[in-house]
Amino acid sequence: MPDNQEAREVVGDYKAGWKDTENSTIRFDFGLSEEVVREISKLKEEPEWMTELRVKAYNHFVKRPMPKWGNTSTLDEIDFDSICYYLRSSEATEKDWDDVPEEIRNTFDRLGIPEAEQKWLSGVTAQYESEAVYHSIREDLEEQGVIFLDMDRGLKEYPDLVKKWFCSVVPLTDNKFSALNTAVWSGGSFIYVPKGVHVEMPVQAYFRINAKNMGQFERTLIIADEGSSIHYVEGCTAPSYSTDSLHSAVVELIALPGAHIRYSTVQNWSSNVYNLVTKRGIAHENSKIEWVDGNIGSKLTMKYPAVILKGEGAHAEVISVAYSGDGQHQDAGAKIHHLASNTTSKILSKSISKNGGRGTYRGLVTVSPKAENCKLNVVCDALILDEESRSDTYPTMEVANPTARCEHEASVSKVSDNQLFYLMSRGHSEEEALAMIVNGFFEPFTRELPMEYAVELNQLMALEMEGSIG
Amino acid sequence: MTAASGQAEALMEIVDLHVGIDDTSILKGIDLRILPGEVHAIMGRNGSGKTTAANVIMGHPDYEVEKGDVLLNGDSLLDEDPWERARRGVFLSFQYPQAVPGLQVGNFLRKSVASIRGEDAAKGANFRKELNEAMDQLKIPRSFLSRYVNDGFSGGEKKRFEILQMMLLKPKLAILDETDSGLDIDGIKTVASGVNAAVRGTDSGALIITHYSRILEHVKPDFIHVLIGGKIVASGGPELATQLEENGYDWVENMAAEGVA
Ligand SMILES: Nc1ncnc2c1ncn2[C@@H]1O[C@H](COP(=O)(O)OP(=O)(O)O)[C@@H](O)[C@H]1O
Ligand SMILES: [Mg+2]
Repeated sequence: MPDNQEAREVVGDYKAGWKDTENSTIRFDFGLSEEVVREISKLKEEPEWMTELRVKAYNHFVKRPMPKWGNTSTLDEIDFDSICYYLRSSEATEKDWDDVPEEIRNTFDRLGIPEAEQKWLSGVTAQYESEAVYHSIREDLEEQGVIFLDMDRGLKEYPDLVKKWFCSVVPLTDNKFSALNTAVWSGGSFIYVPKGVHVEMPVQAYFRINAKNMGQFERTLIIADEGSSIHYVEGCTAPSYSTDSLHSAVVELIALPGAHIRYSTVQNWSSNVYNLVTKRGIAHENSKIEWVDGNIGSKLTMKYPAVILKGEGAHAEVISVAYSGDGQHQDAGAKIHHLASNTTSKILSKSISKNGGRGTYRGLVTVSPKAENCKLNVVCDALILDEESRSDTYPTMEVANPTARCEHEASVSKVSDNQLFYLMSRGHSEEEALAMIVNGFFEPFTRELPMEYAVELNQLMALEMEGSIG
Repeated sequence: MTAASGQAEALMEIVDLHVGIDDTSILKGIDLRILPGEVHAIMGRNGSGKTTAANVIMGHPDYEVEKGDVLLNGDSLLDEDPWERARRGVFLSFQYPQAVPGLQVGNFLRKSVASIRGEDAAKGANFRKELNEAMDQLKIPRSFLSRYVNDGFSGGEKKRFEILQMMLLKPKLAILDETDSGLDIDGIKTVASGVNAAVRGTDSGALIITHYSRILEHVKPDFIHVLIGGKIVASGGPELATQLEENGYDWVENMAAEGVA
C-alpha cells in the first residue's frame, strides 16, 4: 500500500509524490561498470551489436567530462555510484491493465492513465522504473501498419529498422548523458508510422520512477515515413525522496519528406530528480517537427529540444515553458540548425521563477552558408514572481547566410501590484489572481496541448501558486 | 442593520478619511454619504485625489488609511481584502484597467461572476443570455470573448469592458473612475443608461468620478462633490456641474477659500 501519510509529509504540495513499496523482481546493485552494462544487455537478450554499442557508449561516458556550462555545481553533486541503473518490478509488459501488478496499476490509475487511454488516446505505454509494464495500441492503427512498441520489444521484433536509425540522430558521443543513456538504456518507445498514415489521436507514454536513488534511462525512436503524421505525448512523475534520482532519456525523431511529428511533454518530476535529457529530430524535405515541452518539476533540468532542418522547406517549432520553484533550476531552451534552403523555425520559450527558483533560457539557432531564404523567429519571455528568484537568457544566433530573415524578442517581467489588484477587485483572492496571471503567461503553450493536459497544467500551476503570497 | 432613527441607512459612508502613500498625505479628511438609489459624482482636477479615494474604497494595498473609516451598509470595509469587498458588492471601474495577457475575456467574466454572485449565476443558458444582452447593449462584438483581458484594447474598448463587468457583477456600489474619458458620446450615453438602470429605483448606488460634466448630463447625479487638494471643498446638486463648466475650478477654490460654498 502506498504510505500516504508519509508521502504527504515529504511532498507538501507535490500531488504525484506518493510512493509504492518496492516489489522488485530484479534489482541491480548501486553503481555502474562495464559489467553492469553487459548484464543489462544479457538480461534483455540483445543482439551483439547492441551489447557492443552499449559498451562503447559506456567507455565514452567514463572518459567524457561533465559539461562545463549550465549549473555545474549542481551537476557535480550527482553521485553516479549511488544510483541503481536497472530495476524491474513486473515480469512482463502487459496488454491488459488487469494483468499489471495491482500496486503498479493503482499508481497509474491515480495518475489517470487508463481513463485517458479510453477517452482520447490511440495508444499508451506505461513505464515503471526500467521497464514498460503496460503497452497497447488501437487495433485499427496496427492494421494500418503503425508500429508502436516499447523500445525493447522494438529491438526484438524489428532489429534491422532499429539498427538503421538508433543513434542516427543523437550519436553516442554527443554528450555525457546521451552516452550514459546509450550504455544503460531500458524502455522508452519505438514508433514507425508508414507512408501516408495519419495517426489522428495522440499516443501517450507515461514514465514513473518509484524507487529511491533510481536511474531511469528510457530511449525513444520515432520514424514518421513520407507524408505521415503522429502526435506523441509524454508525462512523468516520481515520489519525493530526500535523496536524488536521475532521469536521463534520449529521444530521436526522424521526419521523412512531408511527415509531421509533434512531441509534447509535461514533465512534473519531484524536486529530487535530475532531468538531463537529449531530444533531437531530423526534418527532411517539407516535413515538420514540433517540440512542445513543459518543465514544471525536477531539481535540475537541462534540456534543449533540437531540430536539424536537413531537407528544403522543412519547418521546426519548439514551444516550451519552464517553472522553477524553491530549490529548482530549469535550464532549458532549444537548438535549431538550418542546413537547407527555405527552412523555417520558431522558438517560443516562457519561464516563470518563484521562491528562489532559477530559470535559464539557452538557445542556439544556426543557418549554414548554403541555406538560402531561411526564416527564424525566437521569442523568450520570463516572468519573475519575487525578489529571490532569477532568470537568465542566453540566446545565440549564428547566421552564415545573408538571405536569412531573423526575428528575436525577449522580455523579462514581474507581476505588478496593480495587475493583482485589478483581478482581486473582481472577487479573486490573491492566489487565484496570481494563478490567472501565471496561466495566462503560459497560455501560448497550453493551447498547444491536448485539452486534458492543458486543464491539468493549469491546475498544477494554481497549486504551485498556493501559499506563495507572503 | 436597522436604520438610525429618523435617518435612512447609508449604503456607503466615508467618515473623516485621511489617506497617505509613502509618508505623503493625499486625502485630508473626506466625508461622504451615499443612500440606496442615489448617484453621487466627484469632480476635480488631475492630482486632486479622486483615484486615491476610489482605490482606498476598493482596498488597494499601497495606500495607508491614516484616520477615518469607510462603511458599506454600516460595516467597515477597511479590514477586508479587495476580493471580500468585491463579494460584498463594491465594484470599481478602473481609470487604467490592467492587461492580463493570456487570460481570455469570456473565461475571466465567468470566473468573476462565479466568485462574486456564486457558481450558479455563472452557469448555463441564463448566464449566456445575460452576457449576450449586456454585450449587445454595449455594442461589443462576440469575438471580444476570446481576446485577452485588456490586452491591446483601445481606450474605448477598455472602458466598455469595465462597464460590461459592472453589468454582469451587479454591484451594490459601483465606482466609475473616469469611465467617460476615452468614450465617444454614444459610449457615454450607453454607460449612463447602464448606471441609471443599475441604480435608479434599487437599493444600489453609484459614485461617478470625472472631470467633465458631459456624462453627468445623462446620469443626473443627486449630488456633486468637488475635490481639491484632498478635500471636498464644495457639494451641491446637478447645477454645480454646470457652474463648474462655466467658471472653472478656480471659481470653487476661491469660493471655498471665502467660505461661501
Ligand atoms: N502610488 C502612488 N505613489 C505616489 N504618489 C501617488 C500614488 N498615487 C497617487 N499619488 C499622488 O497622489 C495625488 C493624487 O493622485 P490621484 O488620486 O491619482 O489623483 P486624481 O485621480 O484626482 O487625478 C497625486 O499627487 C499623485 O501624484
Ligand atoms: Mg485619477
